[in-house]
Amino acid sequence: MSLVADLFTVATVSAGVFFYFAGTVGLLRFPDTLTRLHALTKADNLGLGLVVLGLLPQLAGFWAGMKLVVIWGLVQIASAGTSQLLAGLAKRQESGE
Amino acid sequence: MSEPFALLLTVLVLLTAGWIVTVRERRAAVLGFIAYGLLLALVWIRLAAVDVALTEAAIGGGATGVLLLRVAARLGDLRPMSAQPGRMLKWLAGLVCAGVSLALMALVLALPDPAPSLAGAAMEPLARTGLGNPVTAVLLAYRALDTFLEIIVLLLALIGVWSLGPDRFWGGRPAAWYEGTPSSALTFLARVLPPFGIVIAGYLFWIGADEPGGKFQASTLLAAMWLLTMMAGLVAAPRTGSPALRGALAFGPLVFLVVGLAGIGWGEGFLAYPDRFAKPLILLIEAALAVSIVAALALMVAGPAERNTP
Amino acid sequence: MTHSLVSAATLLGLCACGMVGIGLYGLIVRPDALRKLLSFNILGSGVFLLFGVIGRRGAAAGLEGDPVPQAIVITGIVVAFSATALAATLLVKISDAENALPDAGREEDEA
Repeated sequence: MSLVADLFTVATVSAGVFFYFAGTVGLLRFPDTLTRLHALTKADNLGLGLVVLGLLPQLAGFWAGMKLVVIWGLVQIASAGTSQLLAGLAKRQESGE
Repeated sequence: MSEPFALLLTVLVLLTAGWIVTVRERRAAVLGFIAYGLLLALVWIRLAAVDVALTEAAIGGGATGVLLLRVAARLGDLRPMSAQPGRMLKWLAGLVCAGVSLALMALVLALPDPAPSLAGAAMEPLARTGLGNPVTAVLLAYRALDTFLEIIVLLLALIGVWSLGPDRFWGGRPAAWYEGTPSSALTFLARVLPPFGIVIAGYLFWIGADEPGGKFQASTLLAAMWLLTMMAGLVAAPRTGSPALRGALAFGPLVFLVVGLAGIGWGEGFLAYPDRFAKPLILLIEAALAVSIVAALALMVAGPAERNTP
Repeated sequence: MTHSLVSAATLLGLCACGMVGIGLYGLIVRPDALRKLLSFNILGSGVFLLFGVIGRRGAAAGLEGDPVPQAIVITGIVVAFSATALAATLLVKISDAENALPDAGREEDEA
């Protein structure tokens, strides 16, 4: 049983790390602010989701898991909000210049 | 977590520090500093100092970051403080600084083994305080005087910040964050996040007695939520002269002082708690301090009074 | 120190020494006041970290580190923030005063 859980954790966390990696490659390689933001938010949110999902079977209790899920949700909200703000700033700077 | 993780952190921290010092643009340097604060939080976790990690992430990364980003945007073309050094002077400074680093490194490698420690002395009377987190016990029981003086430092710094505003606005409100209407994304964040922030701050405060957490981390979080609603224009920054605000600022140190003086009355000495009431008294002081710390942190970031709107 | 060349705590201690050096360098070499403030903070965080490493080495009595340096570093971080806030507000004040001068002609500020 614990072997299955461990395999699940390794697989999902590895997938999460892959998406983080892809997001970072996008951040470094994409040409302008909007596409970079797109790469970062999409890939990193998925990456964090997979890491959290993978860690859930390793936790001691229900509430510890809930804390991780809440962290994931808060990061979603924060990254959605801040990337909107950054995109707005980029747009204003473009039209200003 | 093992040696490679520590090595990776070391490389990242030093690279980020070097980048902050050398990068051309001010704003880039400040953004680098926020990343640096978060990396340091990871370093503190690696050192098993989770209380410090939380404080560093909240204050070193968060509060300092917001403060300096705003300042960097407002500075405009500030006159340089010293002349641009020539190549020769740069090399010389580099050599001196490398010398300082190497001397410190020699000291680190020569630290005594086994290391001296107060851990035993901190754990032994822990049961008498009713606390489970030795760091909180050091902050509020064994070295309570330090914490008392620290809140005084916070207030003095806030008075310093306020006194830098124009005289005619003394007692008025700090400047607004934006000229026009703030973006809808910011308003969304300022509406959604505070309820979570308040719950999490309450949790951090309560758990701080026994686990990593405590009043500083909780207060910084609350101050951040307050600042967020101020930035989004949902609430106005408070008048710096309002009696409620000044009362909140004085509340923490006053409660601390009263409990401290009562310690003399109980025959235990200044800031000593009778065993049976140690935990309730510590929680009372922490709660009162939290009120003052939230107000002081938020208003230090908000800056001096710059308008007189009622 | 038994298995590897240096333990993680010692390695991070060396990192702290590097941070002190880098902060000091920025403080001396960069003419911009905000950069001096950032450099000073880097220097300070290096000192805090050195303290933390010494605390970590003092792990005893079932704790993973000596709680006394940890508590003092927490106090230090908060005090450093207050000093930074005061200094940053002072910079804004200086900048406003300079920009208000009628002959605001000056050399380039950033380099």
